[in-house]
Amino acid sequence: MLFGYSFADLGSILAMQGFAGLVLFSVFVLMALGLAIIFGQMGVINMAHGEFMILGAYITFLVEKLFVAFLPGAFSLYFFFAIALAFCASGLLGMAVEWLLIRHLYRRPLDTLLATWGLSLILQQVYRSIFGAREVGVELPGWMMGSMHLSGTIEIPINGLIVMAITALITAGVFILILRAPWGRQVRAVMQNRAMAGAVGIDAGRVDRLTFGLGCGIAGVAGSAFTMIGSTSPTAGQLYIVDTFLVVVFGGAQSLIGTIASAFTISQARSTMEFFLSGSMAQVVVLLFVVGILMLRPQGLFVLKLRR
Amino acid sequence: MLRNFSLAREDAIAILLFAALILLVFPIALDPFRLNLVGKYLTYGFVALGLVLCWGDAGILSLGQGIFFGLGGYCMAMFLKLEASTPAATKIQSTPGIPDFMDWNQLTALPWFWRPFHSLAFTLAAVPMVPMLLALVIGLAMFKRRVGGTYFAIITQAIAAILTILIIGQQGYTGGVNGITDLRTVKGWDIRTDHAKFILYFINGGLLILCLLAAKFIRASKLGRILVAMREREERVRFSGYDVAAFKIFAFCLAAALAGIGGAMFTLQVGFMSPSFVGIVPSIELVIFCAVGGRTSLLGALYGVLLVNWAKTLFSEDMPQLWLFAMGALFIGVVAVLPSGLAGLYHDYLEPLVRLRRPTPVRLAGPAAEAGKTEAAR
Amino acid sequence: MIGKSDFLLAVEGLSVSFDGFKAVDDLSFYIEQNEIRVIIGPNGAGKTTVLDLICGRTQASAGSVRFNGRELTRLKEHQIVRAGVGRKFQTPSIYEDLTVFENLEISYPRGRSVFGALTFRRDTAVRERVAEIAAMISLDTLIGERAERLSHGQKQWLEIGMLLIQDPLLLMLDEPVAGMSVSERKTTAELLHRIIRDRAVLVIEHDMAFVEDIAHRVTVLHQGKVISEGSMQHVKSDPRVIEVYLGH
Repeated sequence: MLFGYSFADLGSILAMQGFAGLVLFSVFVLMALGLAIIFGQMGVINMAHGEFMILGAYITFLVEKLFVAFLPGAFSLYFFFAIALAFCASGLLGMAVEWLLIRHLYRRPLDTLLATWGLSLILQQVYRSIFGAREVGVELPGWMMGSMHLSGTIEIPINGLIVMAITALITAGVFILILRAPWGRQVRAVMQNRAMAGAVGIDAGRVDRLTFGLGCGIAGVAGSAFTMIGSTSPTAGQLYIVDTFLVVVFGGAQSLIGTIASAFTISQARSTMEFFLSGSMAQVVVLLFVVGILMLRPQGLFVLKLRR
Repeated sequence: MLRNFSLAREDAIAILLFAALILLVFPIALDPFRLNLVGKYLTYGFVALGLVLCWGDAGILSLGQGIFFGLGGYCMAMFLKLEASTPAATKIQSTPGIPDFMDWNQLTALPWFWRPFHSLAFTLAAVPMVPMLLALVIGLAMFKRRVGGTYFAIITQAIAAILTILIIGQQGYTGGVNGITDLRTVKGWDIRTDHAKFILYFINGGLLILCLLAAKFIRASKLGRILVAMREREERVRFSGYDVAAFKIFAFCLAAALAGIGGAMFTLQVGFMSPSFVGIVPSIELVIFCAVGGRTSLLGALYGVLLVNWAKTLFSEDMPQLWLFAMGALFIGVVAVLPSGLAGLYHDYLEPLVRLRRPTPVRLAGPAAEAGKTEAAR
Repeated sequence: MIGKSDFLLAVEGLSVSFDGFKAVDDLSFYIEQNEIRVIIGPNGAGKTTVLDLICGRTQASAGSVRFNGRELTRLKEHQIVRAGVGRKFQTPSIYEDLTVFENLEISYPRGRSVFGALTFRRDTAVRERVAEIAAMISLDTLIGERAERLSHGQKQWLEIGMLLIQDPLLLMLDEPVAGMSVSERKTTAELLHRIIRDRAVLVIEHDMAFVEDIAHRVTVLHQGKVISEGSMQHVKSDPRVIEVYLGH
């Protein structure tokens, strides 16, 4: 017996918390994936990543309102449009930001950190001016609410499954892009040896822009998913930025697999802790755990052994 | 040791000007309310001094200076709160003799870590030491393992977040999100009167000038040169026989101690301390105050602190919406366009007009940024 | 083994791999006090890596490096420097924004702890020693000049000066005359002749005339292993060496 629950009960609790954490996990994975692409592959620290996520959330909100107003019949499908649009919007904004700001700060990661923080302040204020300071919520279509029963005690929310599926698709897509596609090779070439990449005809600037845009686009999708678990407000992005960085660093910034494993560990730990402790203590415990491990093993869980 | 420490004439004049500004001009020209505000800004100046040494010189960006500011501030607040919570003063509580928020949270005894703060001597020692000890732990864990600048910055952010959540969550022990308020006297001396705030302002200003001089001393020594050398050529310094980790830890701990002193002075002058000064946002603001003035210039950083905070107060009163835009633009502008801050502008444009001979100024050259300099000119 | 305690530097069974590539493979050699040993070999033979391993820049995966009775493989870089090992890098590694004087002063073997650096005084002893070294490396007229303004050759000399002022027991030089003009080479050779008296020196070089000029003994490396060792004569006529390096 542990905490007054039998082991069988604990198993069910873990499973249920696990599945309840599905959407949280997906948000983490998507955010971390986007950031891993930008930070791990490009070495750029984007403190405004949370704001790109929130852009996706606001877009989802707008799309929902649009469908309600003009296409009520198709309401049940609006979410998929929202995701696609969120991806494009955040991606385009990302590319614009890269072109305007990031590329001038190449090789100065700490300065990029500060500059993107400034960007996040500006974006927050833009959202506040357009959407107001209060939180907005999004309504899901009927078929997406509710859950499936796996067994007597285990229920899986449907929205969680959908988001998981989309996350899995995107993750697979990113893997294929980075590891197999020509464009992915270009990204890795630019990262490893910029001058040589340029010498063989790769437009490093364009590659950077697309990479950054992709990372932000994925954050936008995370934002759509985020609308299911939290209300959207101008400052909501701030809540996730430190966690996201920790997820990326914990997993080993240059390893995409590490990022996924790390996102899984941290989100599951968080969900499980929340069952036993209060919300804030759960966060503290998980954060302390991550920081503690990083202090002992700064390179993260998965490290690609590179030649000096 | 001090025999060899001499200020160049221009340096001495600049410091005297600053001292005159804060110790003569402001007290004469400003009303008590605004003087108190300036006093508040000057406490951020302690943090800025530390950041110039730690970040500008040694290249260690800490996004968690709020941690140390807060720890110093909370130490002082705990002392003041205990003095204000004598059994006589709290006799209407269910448990007299403990702070009011503890009583509200149904605590019946003073927690053990509060007890030493009955003593002023202990508190005064704790104010710089507690932040320094935490910085030592973090520094040992990070610098001995050669954790790089960006990871270090992120981890300091995480620790700032952790501490904030802890403080807010444990409201019985810390006062929670409201912090520790209603502070009244130091050994019987009421700190809430205009007269007291006037005196505290001078104590604060004097202490700041002392810390400024100490920082200058450090920069003029070989230690200061090593810090700068480390920023650009860490490995080379190692091969010159220096334990780089020890020097980094020193710089970080010093910055933490300075921030702690600033926090304590803040608590004394403003009358409370809360977690809103500990977290990620205030920590990064502290960095920007320093950057605007010029991260390698001690006096520049101090002027920057005053300027940005003055602007913030102005904007927040009249145009709060605009302030966030302005802050964001400030971050981007300082980093992208003006890496040496206002001090850099001064050196490049105003100084040639002032016909005094001076040693090679400290400067960061923008995108070609990696140019640490030797003379601790500012 | 007999007489091991006489050796200043005893490298035994040293190995290191990078991602499966064996850069140094079970390497052993011994250097005596005041011996001048030159390491030669084709590119990629592991010569620089050996220096990296000795001075602590790279961690060995196996083997031992005993210097003056101390095991270096467990020490940190700065501890190895303080033990008396000085390393000069292939590309000049100096403090570009400090003056020649300051470069030398930083390398002065006093005030290396945090407190020591804080209380370090630029007294007559320091000034005199810096001036002495500056004269030795022919930079005394440029002593107030910022290091970034020096020519490539002068930067190399400055770095040698920074090593000298530490007064190391073992001096390790990685291609000291590389990238120099003819006259600079000549001056450097003269400088090296002067400084390699009374200390042990480990040099990596490709310039065979230079090697022949200064070496007591030569060690030839190939693919991380020692393939020949001995006097220059012996090594020059070793068929294996001719095959992999010196050419027919």
